[in-house]
Amino acid sequence: MKYLDEYRNADVARRVIREIERIQTRPWVIMEVCGGQTHSIVKHGIDRLLPDGIELVHGPGCPVCVTPLETIDKAHAIAAKPDVIFCSFGDMLRVPGSNGDLFKLKSEGADIRVVYSPLDCLKIARANPEKQIVFFAIGFETTAPANAMLVARAKHEQAKNVSVLVSHSLVPPSITYILQSPQNRVQAFLGPGHVCTIMGYREYEPIAERYKVPIVVTGFEPLDLLEGTLKVVRQLEGGCTVVENQYSRVLGRDGNTAARKLVNSVFEVADRKWRGVGWIPKSGYKLRWEYRDHDAERIFAVKEIDTKEPAICISGQILKGIKKPHDCPAFGTICTPLTPLGATMVSAEGACAAYYAYGRHLDKQKADAARVQIGGAA
Amino acid sequence: MCLAIPGKVLEEFEQRGMRMAKVKFGGIVREASLDYVPEAKVGDYVLVHVGFAISTVDAVEAARTYELLEQMDQLTELEAPVVEEIAARKPS
Repeated sequence: MKYLDEYRNADVARRVIREIERIQTRPWVIMEVCGGQTHSIVKHGIDRLLPDGIELVHGPGCPVCVTPLETIDKAHAIAAKPDVIFCSFGDMLRVPGSNGDLFKLKSEGADIRVVYSPLDCLKIARANPEKQIVFFAIGFETTAPANAMLVARAKHEQAKNVSVLVSHSLVPPSITYILQSPQNRVQAFLGPGHVCTIMGYREYEPIAERYKVPIVVTGFEPLDLLEGTLKVVRQLEGGCTVVENQYSRVLGRDGNTAARKLVNSVFEVADRKWRGVGWIPKSGYKLRWEYRDHDAERIFAVKEIDTKEPAICISGQILKGIKKPHDCPAFGTICTPLTPLGATMVSAEGACAAYYAYGRHLDKQKADAARVQIGGAA
Repeated sequence: MCLAIPGKVLEEFEQRGMRMAKVKFGGIVREASLDYVPEAKVGDYVLVHVGFAISTVDAVEAARTYELLEQMDQLTELEAPVVEEIAARKPS
C-alpha cells in the first residue's frame, strides 16, 4: 500500500541503522510515547536492531491501558441496564473490570456493540429510538475529534438518546509527569505522530526547553521509527534539545486546526486518573457543561467505585519507563493477555501485551531456566 | 488505538450535511468523513482514524523524506574520514 510499503524497506532501514551506529558514542534511553509505536517497534524488532546502548523504553500512550478500572466498572454498570445499547471500540471490550470484561456481559445478554466509528452510534440511535445509546468515548488527542463530532452531531440532531462515557487522556501532561519523577531515566522522546497530527507540536516546545530533552515527532512505520531514533540520537550526541518533526508528510507545527476547534468546543481540560499511574493534573478531557445532556455519567448517575489493582503488577513503573516487562515476576506466567493483571497487559498496544504477542515471554522463560540450571550446577 | 491508515479518496458525497468520501485502503473501500480535511480532494491520500480523515498526506514531503533516507549511505561515503575517526574511538 502506498505510503506504507516504502516505509518498510529493509535495505533503507539497514542504512539508517548504520548511520545511528556511526554517530552514537555513548548509551541513551529513549521513550516512544505512543502504544501504536510500541507495538510497531516490538513487531518489527526495531529495539533489537538498534546498536547496543540505544535503549527504547515504552511510554504511557495506550488509552485502553490507562483507562482506570473504576471507569470500566462504570461502563459495566451502564451496559448492564436493559434499555441501553452500549457501543465501544473493539479493544475496550476485552479489558477486565472488577466483574469480568464487557464480552462476558455481552454473553450474558447485554446489548454491547463494537463500532468502527463513533458516528455509527447515530445510525444505531436512529434505528433504535426507544433505546439509550451510550458510547465509550476513550482515546488520546487523536481520537478526540471523532468523539467530539459524535457529541456535537447528537446535540445538533437533537438525538436525546445518545450519550458518551468519557475517558480521554492528554500526552503532554503525562510526559511532563514522567520527566518530573525522581526515578526518571528517559533522556529523549519519540513524539506521538498521530496525536500531533491533531494538536501540532507547539505545546511540546516548552517541555523540550524546560527539561532539556529532545522530542522528535515520529510516525509508525519501521523507517519512521528508525529515522525518528536517528534524529533523537543526533540531538543527544550534539547536545541539542529541540522539537523536530520526522512525520512531515502528515503534519505541521500547527496540527489540524479545524479538528482542534471542534474538540475545544465540546471538551474542556480536566484532571484525570491513569490506570497504573494515578491522578495527573489537567491530563484529560471532560464534556463541557453545554453538552451535559449527552454525559452518560450524569444521565445514569453511576457512582464512584473504588477498586484496587493487584500488588504484584509493576505496570505503573513500565508506563513511566522505569522498568520493562521482563522485570516483572508475573509477566508471561500468571499475567498474560488472557488473564491480564494490569494496564500494560490489557491491550495489544500495552508494552507487556506487545512483548507477549511477539514471543518475548519465551526469552524470559529460557533465561529463567538457564539461571536455575546454573544455580543447580553451582 | 491511535492507529491511522493512509488511503486514496475515490469519490466524495454528502450525508446529513457531512462531507464524506469513499476511501480505498489496499483492497478495501470504506467511508470516511472529510470534515476535518477541507483541502482534500478526489485522488489525494488521506490519513484515516476511526472513520475520520485527520490529515492529507503530502506527496512531496513523503518523497523527500524517503529519498533522504535512501541516500543515507551515499552521504556517509562522502564523509568517509569522519566515519573512520569515530570508528577508531569505539572500543572494538
